[in-house]
Amino acid sequence: MIIPHPLLGPRDAQEFTYLGDASMIQRPDGTAEGAEDALFNYVYMRDNPAGEHRELWYHEQGDRSWLVVTRNTVTHEITQVELARDVALALGCGA
Amino acid sequence: MTGLQKKRLNGGLIDRSQPIDFTFDGESYTGFAGDTLASALVANDVALLGRSFKYHRPRGLIASGSEEPNALVTLSRGAAVTPNTRATMVELEAGLTAAPQNAWPSVRFDAMAVNDVLAPFLTAGFYYKTFMWPRAFWEKLYEPAIRRAAGLGRLSTAPDPDLYDRGFLHCDLLVVGAGPAGLMAALTAGRAGARVILADEDFALGGRLNAETLVIDDAPASVWLATALAELASLPNVRTLSRTTVFGVFDHGIYGAVEMGAPTAKDHAPRQTLWRIYSKSCTVCAGATERPIAFPDNDRPGIMLAGAARTYVNRWAAAPAQRIAVFTNNDDGHRTAADLAAKGLTIAALIDTRANAPDCTDANETFKGAQVIASEGRLRLKNIMVRTASGGRRQISCGALAVSGGWNPNLHLSAQQRTRPVWNDAVAAFVPAPDAVAGQRLAGAAAGDFSTAGALSGGVNAARAALADLDIKVKHSKLPKADDAPTRITPFWYVSGTKRRAWLDFQNDVTVKDVALAQAEGFRSVEHVKRYTTLGMATDQGRTASTNAIGVMAALTGQDIAQTGTTMFRPPYTPVSMGAFAGRSRGKHFRPTRRTPTHTFAEANGATFVEVGQWLRAQWFTQSGETHWRQSVDREVRAVRNDVGLCDVTTLGKIDVQGVDAAAFLNRIYCNGMAKLPVGRVRYGLMLREDGIAMDDGTAARLGEDHFVVTTTTANAGAVYRHMEFARQCLWPDMDVQLISTTDAWAQIAVAGPKARKLLQRIVDPAHDLSNGAFPFMACAPVTVCGGLRARLFRISFSGELAYEIAVPARYGDALMHEMMAQGQDLGATPYGTEALGVLRIEKGHAAGNELNGRTTAAMLGLGRMVSTAKDSIGAVLSRRAGLAEDTHRLTGFVPVDGVTPIPGGAHLMREGARQIAENTLGWISSAAFSPTLNSPIALGFVTLADARKGQTLRAVSPVDGLDIPVRVVSPHFVDPEGGRQRD
Repeated sequence: MIIPHPLLGPRDAQEFTYLGDASMIQRPDGTAEGAEDALFNYVYMRDNPAGEHRELWYHEQGDRSWLVVTRNTVTHEITQVELARDVALALGCGA
Repeated sequence: MTGLQKKRLNGGLIDRSQPIDFTFDGESYTGFAGDTLASALVANDVALLGRSFKYHRPRGLIASGSEEPNALVTLSRGAAVTPNTRATMVELEAGLTAAPQNAWPSVRFDAMAVNDVLAPFLTAGFYYKTFMWPRAFWEKLYEPAIRRAAGLGRLSTAPDPDLYDRGFLHCDLLVVGAGPAGLMAALTAGRAGARVILADEDFALGGRLNAETLVIDDAPASVWLATALAELASLPNVRTLSRTTVFGVFDHGIYGAVEMGAPTAKDHAPRQTLWRIYSKSCTVCAGATERPIAFPDNDRPGIMLAGAARTYVNRWAAAPAQRIAVFTNNDDGHRTAADLAAKGLTIAALIDTRANAPDCTDANETFKGAQVIASEGRLRLKNIMVRTASGGRRQISCGALAVSGGWNPNLHLSAQQRTRPVWNDAVAAFVPAPDAVAGQRLAGAAAGDFSTAGALSGGVNAARAALADLDIKVKHSKLPKADDAPTRITPFWYVSGTKRRAWLDFQNDVTVKDVALAQAEGFRSVEHVKRYTTLGMATDQGRTASTNAIGVMAALTGQDIAQTGTTMFRPPYTPVSMGAFAGRSRGKHFRPTRRTPTHTFAEANGATFVEVGQWLRAQWFTQSGETHWRQSVDREVRAVRNDVGLCDVTTLGKIDVQGVDAAAFLNRIYCNGMAKLPVGRVRYGLMLREDGIAMDDGTAARLGEDHFVVTTTTANAGAVYRHMEFARQCLWPDMDVQLISTTDAWAQIAVAGPKARKLLQRIVDPAHDLSNGAFPFMACAPVTVCGGLRARLFRISFSGELAYEIAVPARYGDALMHEMMAQGQDLGATPYGTEALGVLRIEKGHAAGNELNGRTTAAMLGLGRMVSTAKDSIGAVLSRRAGLAEDTHRLTGFVPVDGVTPIPGGAHLMREGARQIAENTLGWISSAAFSPTLNSPIALGFVTLADARKGQTLRAVSPVDGLDIPVRVVSPHFVDPEGGRQRD
């Protein structure tokens, strides 16, 4: 596969390591009420769609950016690639 | 015999001025430059090339190209031995030595041919049925016997002396196949200025143009071909790769190809090159593969595909026999008869299954609506039996039979991604599904367009469409004129009504009967029939077999072929050797070797090295007189306990953490508190995974308000850095913190032992006070050493002794080691390796990789109270969940009851008297060593209810090693349990 990196252009997928579902960006607050259930879901529960999937890739052999790649798991077509940090900031993560 | 080529005709694309001597099956022969091994054997009248896989039946050539299922040979060139090579794909070279396979003692008399008599017991799925009882016999008797009897060539066990390489190519248009369609596609795109790669598996470009007697623009096709190749060669934007098979399509326009080195290549040139081709678009013009017709005993040497017979005669001027018959269900068989007759061969008969077949003036006799129902000849075809339209029988004498069941488009590259081909009645073949692969088009025979005119125009159109997608303008040019005959075929799959076996898959020995049996036993789907009968599962991937099997299945079930469908296509199109995939990544080039900064010091001081991931680390340093590694390790351990030892610990991961929020960030990464760590102090830190399991440990040193250096274990340096970047970018993007790995930037040396301070006071510049009061346990500071060299000093201890780690820029590491050894001579300064490092930490009860193995929690490691409840950190919440909290395994120490027997690492812990079964396991030994300090074997391990078992006797059981050793449960802190030494 070729992943169009938002800063570096098209890069071979071999330069990246894969983590998984981009929902991992939204980590529950460990001090909040019901944190154990929320974290259990966060760690273990995943959708497994045949189709469009947002997932985390790490440019380990490159600039060490974490990316959110929107990829069709059936056709492997990649329709969007964003810097994970931008996605996380837009979601208000860590605030 | 040398020089005599009994079956060589006139003409052909061979160079008679260049004879080439070669050896097959111990006999010497001669061919010509331009021959393949197969064509040279045909010219030398060698028809018997091997024995079949299962029944050991005599076999000869069926095909002339990469689809050949039978003629697998073992090639030898010096030390290089390559089994399972298709004789049709071997370019003849001087000194080539080939041997047939799967025959003993010889290919003419093969002892295992008894399998053919036993055939009733070897039908589809025989191994599931025949060898079921008694059960114990399978592993000991049946399987080894079957494995010996079956199989193809044998691997040489010697290292492969050939060089393999890998490369990367980029293009606007990749053209697969250099027949008329591919050449026109490449010319069209090349003339438009596009970057073109034209690849063909043959060493001669031209595809079927080299095999036929075609006319293009009113001249022999060879004239047009020469002009086209010359024009392509003149275009700098076109790269032509002959001997190159594009074997697979991958995502986003990436294609895999393997290029074979030319026989004339120099010794240092790669024998094979694996290309990864990045294409913006692709035109597949891979031609078509002819299919046989299944009739009784259709596997006899001399029975071959009609197109192959034509190729041997036209291209290589090699006649399979003087007297040949043709068996066909389509007009292409008639072309074979015409071409062979034109070369002076006798067409004994043409048998056409179609009642309405055209007449054949080239054959002595034409049988319409007839079938071949038998063949005779022990090692080579002698006669065939024809069943005429009226039901009569006629025996025909012939040395070869050319069979044509129609042509299958080579559409594999369109079908390797989900989309399966679709059946087309007009050409009686599966054709590519439209838009099967993004950016890919098919043209010519690969698209089911079998005429030369169709190939030429199809190639142009496919290239124009590809270029339009890329916004590249194309100038119009005249299309060459060629034949435009329609495909006329009436599908005919197999001859029924006889008891003899009719072969479908020649390489895996699968017959029509096997497919019928599979159907009768309930295997209806093509995928199930494939796996049950093994049809299409051999190295040729059923190229000549699969469609025929589908036709047979459809006939047996009464379904039509479209409903029956094909099995899944997968790369590779033809076999690719493992050497090509490995490329140069063999032996020490498999991965990089990382050397520590003190590597040359270690080499000069008798070090034995151990691989730790990519690193080479000194395991121990052998001194003169030491004959066993334990002597060296024990001495090194004692030196640390009594004097001072030096160990290169550069390989531990170092991550520089800077920013206003550095402390807050680390406070969330580590389960223990880091926010309030004072500047100039170091703290042990434990990282958890989010699921609550321990991930890694190390130290965090605060060099400034907004500057930390954290360490990781050697093995996890990459993973921890990735994890921290994930947390920084994805979880807490609003934090002001930056990370950089500095593992390779700083050489770090542990200085451990009661005399460590005394030694360091001679190294560190006098401005820095190293007294216990000024620089206590867990202090850190930037310092200068040796008169001004910048360095970092950490007072941390893995051994439990008074100890420091000192870091200098990596290039000074070796010099610092030499300097400390020189300055510490009178103090007994001793280099120590990873083995002593391990003994020291086991004596101290410190966890390392064996304990942090991805299955243990902070509580199990005895560090449960480190997990802060006052803050949120990664893994803290789930580390407290019920499932983990209930686990009572704890890290503790063990000694053998007899004080002398070593405890095996990995042993299970069990009660005295308990049976050696998994249910009785109470825990396991994780690390074991001999302690020179205690003069006894010691171990660390995890056991349930560890505190309550202190002082009890358990057994360390290793059923694999047959060991069962009584051990006593003790504290994990074997040395200085109060920890006074490291604080002195």
